[in-house]
Amino acid sequence: MSRISFFLCALATALCAPSLGLAADANAILSRQCAQCHALSKPADASIDRLWTRKGPDLYYAGSKFNQPWLVEWLQNPRRIRPAGEFYFTHIKATPDGDVIDASTLTSHPRLSKGDADAVAAALMALKGPDDLVRKGAYKKQPVPAMIGAMFFEKLRGCAACHMDKPGQGGQSGPELYDAGLRLQPDFVYAYIKQPQRFDPHVWMPQLDLSDTDLQRLTGYLMTLQDGSPK
Amino acid sequence: MLTVRVQPVRVFALAVAVLLACPRICAPARADDDARWAATAKTYNTYCAQCHGLNRNGKGINAKSMAVQPRDHSDPKGMGPIPDAEIVKAITDGGLSVNKSVLMPAWGKVLSPQQIQDLAAYIRHVCNCGSAANH
Ligand code: HEC
Ligand code: HEC
Ligand code: HEC
Repeated sequence: MSRISFFLCALATALCAPSLGLAADANAILSRQCAQCHALSKPADASIDRLWTRKGPDLYYAGSKFNQPWLVEWLQNPRRIRPAGEFYFTHIKATPDGDVIDASTLTSHPRLSKGDADAVAAALMALKGPDDLVRKGAYKKQPVPAMIGAMFFEKLRGCAACHMDKPGQGGQSGPELYDAGLRLQPDFVYAYIKQPQRFDPHVWMPQLDLSDTDLQRLTGYLMTLQDGSPK
Repeated sequence: MLTVRVQPVRVFALAVAVLLACPRICAPARADDDARWAATAKTYNTYCAQCHGLNRNGKGINAKSMAVQPRDHSDPKGMGPIPDAEIVKAITDGGLSVNKSVLMPAWGKVLSPQQIQDLAAYIRHVCNCGSAANH
């Protein structure tokens, strides 16, 4: 080996190693610390029993769903998104006043350091899911007056029965959406509201007959919700 | 005498037969019931209990924040007068389709017609009222 090519090799290794190392670490973290609760590739098992027994939401399409800066922040500082956890039915109990969340069955989410969160968020963003899952550009970015958006979400389309659009206001069986604008990509939101069961075969959100106008309006409204304050 | 000696054997055989059949004969309602309703109860727990409640009494975890309360499926007075066809329609096409609240969602694109028929029958079983009570 000539001296010069030896030098080039060494240089290349020195330059590339850190980033290679980072990616390898992130994937190792995902498979060792996350895969027991999260599907990182599309699960072959689409049965309702899987929904009942899985320990966390699927992440195989994370790169088509989340905003990266939100992921980096949340992985260091996780706070509850689904008030009744996953799967909701296994975390509730009946009382004379009606059903309540059984907080004693909920655990706090693992936390990552800044460095690991950066690397893992980047690795999650690479998980796009099937090509046709989220259509790019479906959301047209037409502004929605807040009052109109809230009226559709809370009253006319019944979304608030299961979701909070303001902290403490709304249902508890679905993920809170008061920071949807920080957390979620608009084209994902559009596609999910249209057909939730394409993402999650037996998920307990209904597939409603919504027009494109409805979907644009609801997506536009949710994108304006950016209450990121810890609760 | 042959017949006298056979008799106890026959009685014994009869007793064994009765014992073997007992789970079916002695407790028909419960045993058959649970098996018959298990799959549908799971469908209900997955999709309906979030609003209609663990005890099917309309007090699910979402109910507190809702402007119109989910129907109490355990109440024969409230459920009895609703015709079977309306129950099926409400589940399939949502509350609005039967002039009720939009807060009762449409499940026709998530559940099969068979699952919805089973849910309607299950709801009759839960309230022990309406057309099923006549069967
Ligand atoms: C013990 C099970 C468990 C482990 C281990 C775990 N998670 Fe989670 N994760 C959950 C649950 C449950 C939720 C839902 C939390 C909520 O909604 O409040 C969740 C939510 C998430 C979310 C948000 C998903 C969404 O759809 O809202 C991300 C991102 C995430 N986890 C990443 C990770 C990463 C990365 C790791 C590994 C470092 C990990 N999780 C390890 C159980 C787990
Ligand atoms: C019957 C309850 C219910 C109703 C009604 C409902 N949802 Fe959902 N929604 C859910 C559940 C459950 C999930 C996903 C839970 C999970 O992944 O763990 C969900 C997920 C979502 C998501 C994805 C959020 C995320 O972080 O994964 C969006 C966006 C959403 N719903 C919007 C809406 C809108 C808009 C409406 C009204 C048209 C609506 N939902 C009506 C239960 C409901
Ligand atoms: C998001 C909350 C919610 C969910 C989830 C839900 N319901 Fe309802 N349901 C309601 C509300 C609210 C009413 C009362 C509507 C009214 O009286 O105007 C209702 C009413 C009903 C009625 C009575 C309809 C009538 O004609 O009076 C039936 C039957 C029913 N629900 C069945 C179901 C079944 C079966 C499921 C599950 C597949 C289900 N519901 C899921 C909220 C819900």
